[in-house]
Amino acid sequence: MPKLPAPPIPSALKGPPPRPGEDNGNAPGPAEHAGNAGISVVDWVDERTSLSGAARWLMFRKVPKGTNWYYTLGSATLFAFLSQAVTGVFLAMYYRPDASGGAYESIRYVTNDVFLGQFVRGMHKWGASVMVVLVFLHMGRTFFFGAYKYPRELNWVIGVVLLVLTLVMGFTGYLLPFDQRAYWATIVGVQINSTGPLIGPYLSDFLLGGSEFNATTLTRFYAIHMLIVPGLLAALIGAHLYLVTKLGTTAPPWTKVEKRSELREAEV
Amino acid sequence: MSDKHAQYKSKYTLDRQIPGAFEGETITRRRFMTVTANAAGAVAAGAFVLPALGFAIGPIFKNITHRWETVGTVDQFPDNNYVPVILTLVPGLGEAGKTTVYMRKFNPAIDVDRYDRGTPYIAITTKCSHVGCPVRWIPAAERFVCPCHGGVYDLLGRVVSGPPVRPLDRFYTRVVGEYVQVGSRFSVNSELKRFSPRFSGEPLDGIGQYAYPSRPDARK
Repeated sequence: MPKLPAPPIPSALKGPPPRPGEDNGNAPGPAEHAGNAGISVVDWVDERTSLSGAARWLMFRKVPKGTNWYYTLGSATLFAFLSQAVTGVFLAMYYRPDASGGAYESIRYVTNDVFLGQFVRGMHKWGASVMVVLVFLHMGRTFFFGAYKYPRELNWVIGVVLLVLTLVMGFTGYLLPFDQRAYWATIVGVQINSTGPLIGPYLSDFLLGGSEFNATTLTRFYAIHMLIVPGLLAALIGAHLYLVTKLGTTAPPWTKVEKRSELREAEV
Repeated sequence: MSDKHAQYKSKYTLDRQIPGAFEGETITRRRFMTVTANAAGAVAAGAFVLPALGFAIGPIFKNITHRWETVGTVDQFPDNNYVPVILTLVPGLGEAGKTTVYMRKFNPAIDVDRYDRGTPYIAITTKCSHVGCPVRWIPAAERFVCPCHGGVYDLLGRVVSGPPVRPLDRFYTRVVGEYVQVGSRFSVNSELKRFSPRFSGEPLDGIGQYAYPSRPDARK
């Protein structure tokens, strides 16, 4: 990149010109050294992995004319998920899935005694609602912009699975504080599952880990909430993003197709 | 995998002029290795997937131990009103494993249904048959009322109004000496016919008993 000319400095302020053989003022400074070191580290990794091509493919994409703020709802959902993941990991450092009182006590401890505990738990709790809302807004944008149409049907299907998994996260996470609201909401939710014909009773049995709410129900919900579903979510988000990158985004439905000028002339 | 030697009719590799083939050999080595490697992978994956699945699904098929719990003495319960008792459904779970059960002495004037004959005490669950909220006995109205969605049941636990799909579940009772004991739960349909225990929200009239099967081990 061409350098801008240095601003003029009065000759009185300039020192004497360097003698031949001395430092002529163009030797690389520490910042330049640090920059070069960074570049050579990246080069070293890239030479062995060829990751820069993938990064360029992922990040420097063409977007259609008319792309607007509604197109950021997917990224917003992604960041809500990341926020849930990070706060969830830190909550797991304190949480005890112990149905005979330990679970409630550990949540009480996080909320009342841990430094910033109430804040981090609040982020996780309210962030869950935010994520569900964002998922639906993102889904609505995709629907109303017709972005689910060929060739993006598979991405819509993956998105619906992600929606269901997000709701599963909400359902299983609701039990973990193990207070009265959590307990009864779970009883009701599991019984609603059982009203599906034929498979319903077995689904409820699987969720409860038995015929009644018991000690393994909480640990079961805990494992689903923090191991099974987050893994599936992360994997499917990866697939979702791959397809977005591969197929590109759609133009808004109100965008007109621009005719090239020579074609327009030919029509006349 | 496409077999280059498919144009030969014979299945014997020697006939198909595959180099190094043995007399009577019917499978190419490449194909044998593919099948073997895939089979080994399947066995290795099954070795951890099957036990894990069984571990997660196993509790469905676990036998329920039938326990009898003493809840009071024989003279503690009237025959025209319900008395709440605390019953431990799941041991070792503290308060979350307990439930309230409404108890009443058998009353030949009220309990005229043939399925109730021989029951010393009537024990009715507090778990609403809609989605499992706790119902409360209102003595003045002689009704069980659910706070969640307005289910109402009569003195015998039959649905009077609201969304519930079947009467309130009951428990087996027996008298040992001068003590009353409560056993396992069972479900009843609208004629108070007894069925093995079901979850809430599962109707037992008509096709319901077949559409909502009970736990395999809980069937009589």
